[in-house]
Amino acid sequence: MPIQTRGEVLDVKRAGAYHVITLTAGSIPDQARPGQFVAVAIGGGESGLLLRRAFAIHRINSRGVYGGTLEIVVSVHGEGTAWLADRRRHDPIDIVGPLGRSFSIPRDPINCVLVAGGYGSAALAMLVEELHSRGCRVDLVLGAATEEKLFGVLDAKRLASTVTVTTDDGSTGVQGRVTDVLGDVINRAAADVIYACGPMKMLQAVAEVASDHGLMSQCAVEESMACGIGVCMTCVLPVIGDDGATRMVRSCVEGPIFRGDRVRWSDIGTVPVGTYGSTPLAEEAS
Amino acid sequence: MTRAVVRQHMPSTPEREPNVDMTAHLASLALPSPVLTASGCSGFGRELDGFFDVTRIGAIVTKSVMWSPRSGRATPRMAETPSGMLNSIGLQGPGVKAFVEKDLAWLMERGARAVVSIAGGSVDEYVRVTKFLRDVKGISALEVNISCPNVESRGQVFACDPRAASEVISAVRRAADPAIPVFAKLSPDVTDIVAIADSVVRAGADGLSVINTLLGMVIDTDRMRPALGGITGGLSGPAIRPVAVRCVWQIRQALPEVPILGMGGIRTGLDALQFILAGANAVSVGTSVFNDPSAPIRVHRELAKALEERGFGSLEEAVSFAHRPEGYEYEGEPEE
Repeated sequence: MPIQTRGEVLDVKRAGAYHVITLTAGSIPDQARPGQFVAVAIGGGESGLLLRRAFAIHRINSRGVYGGTLEIVVSVHGEGTAWLADRRRHDPIDIVGPLGRSFSIPRDPINCVLVAGGYGSAALAMLVEELHSRGCRVDLVLGAATEEKLFGVLDAKRLASTVTVTTDDGSTGVQGRVTDVLGDVINRAAADVIYACGPMKMLQAVAEVASDHGLMSQCAVEESMACGIGVCMTCVLPVIGDDGATRMVRSCVEGPIFRGDRVRWSDIGTVPVGTYGSTPLAEEAS
Repeated sequence: MTRAVVRQHMPSTPEREPNVDMTAHLASLALPSPVLTASGCSGFGRELDGFFDVTRIGAIVTKSVMWSPRSGRATPRMAETPSGMLNSIGLQGPGVKAFVEKDLAWLMERGARAVVSIAGGSVDEYVRVTKFLRDVKGISALEVNISCPNVESRGQVFACDPRAASEVISAVRRAADPAIPVFAKLSPDVTDIVAIADSVVRAGADGLSVINTLLGMVIDTDRMRPALGGITGGLSGPAIRPVAVRCVWQIRQALPEVPILGMGGIRTGLDALQFILAGANAVSVGTSVFNDPSAPIRVHRELAKALEERGFGSLEEAVSFAHRPEGYEYEGEPEE
């Protein structure tokens, strides 16, 4: 069950293009599972920025000197994220979490390929640890536009069997997209399952490669949210259910982890024809 | 100039419950708290129950329900704006049958009071939903959403036309359980909100919910297109609070007896107090829940404290207090 807690900033450090923020967070770290996220309030009680920002839980430490702490990774691209990156030690911060469904963890020690775009790798760090502790083989593919926008490469090398890096500009690793190398990694690792986190276009491409190889993929989506707790209905995307019907599903509570073959990636940003409860176009005139 | 008040000698520790009767009298309802949630901002209450005890607030006002399941609009459905947000959800919902079986059933079992918000694309749909709800036990009130800007074509927003608004309200009033109060939720996007208020009251509304969102628009300057999938959307949050307070004030002045549920950008107890003083009998906390999921119970607490600090023994005494005549003396008057 998610809680709301007044945490405190312990540390903000730069990591390439990103900021890694360590926070005390009450009992959230004790409950957090790989793939879950927190929603943090921006500014104080009078802030003009009302909407919470959602961040994957990067790491947890449930028994530190300060009690439970967690890390989030922030990419500054607006007023809210700039405010976060500007925090100093001991600044208060209002946190809600842990939110969303976590990645499913295999019972057996199987071979797992994890794919991340940009700082999507932040959402996979706990998963790597968990899979490794269960005896799974973990191979990582990390991609970004440039070297600066990669995250967690060194960390990944600690537990992963192999780490393959791609950049769009070739500033490091293989020049190209994660999907340019994914097929090879899947074959080499004799992969049984794919996990991924990153931009929608990347997730779509990864899900397709996974399906082509007959593999199940679990994708963590990054959809903009207003609340993170399931009441605002803004973070929906079209997802096919067990009954075969497409529904507009909240990525905060039904996600952020979805089966790659269930999300209608090409239809994101639309309500596909035949979606459960969709209205004829004539009625939709605004 | 000091702001000393008569009851300032009362000890004030944060733990102590303020000595104020917070009972809200809203039409035939007597609610233990004047703070409710706002339709569309709290789902069906369930998600908030982990953050505060939903039975302790006035009521959960559920997301507007229509006859059939509804997918809502395409994304993006939301844009952050200064002290507020623009939304275009398009009334995504399960339809009234599933709502009653699952969501309302949960609220009843939990012991929470439920004000059920209903919406429709036609008078007939409002009536069908109302008739379906007529036999459902435990509903505290109906709130008729005649003002959602997302569904009807612009000319068809019921709340913008006194005659269309009255038609819906009188049809719902006739179809509903006579023991249950019917509230009309008004849009501020009208030239004269008092005229609309007056016509829906004449049509049988037992009370008014004031206000719904204002129609707004944001252009995404990177894509150079409207930011929302629905192009226009409803503006909510503290940015609209002065508009909402003005609407409550004007309606209270014109209709001294009508029960008013005030809402629009309430974030703190003092925000709520503005609405109460302007004439609201109770308030809804909406968009602020996205910022602070425990906002409704916090606003209740802060409002109780603010009332006590101003010398009120009950919420009831504060309702419409800002309308008092010049020279009116009272116990809590700030000293010069």
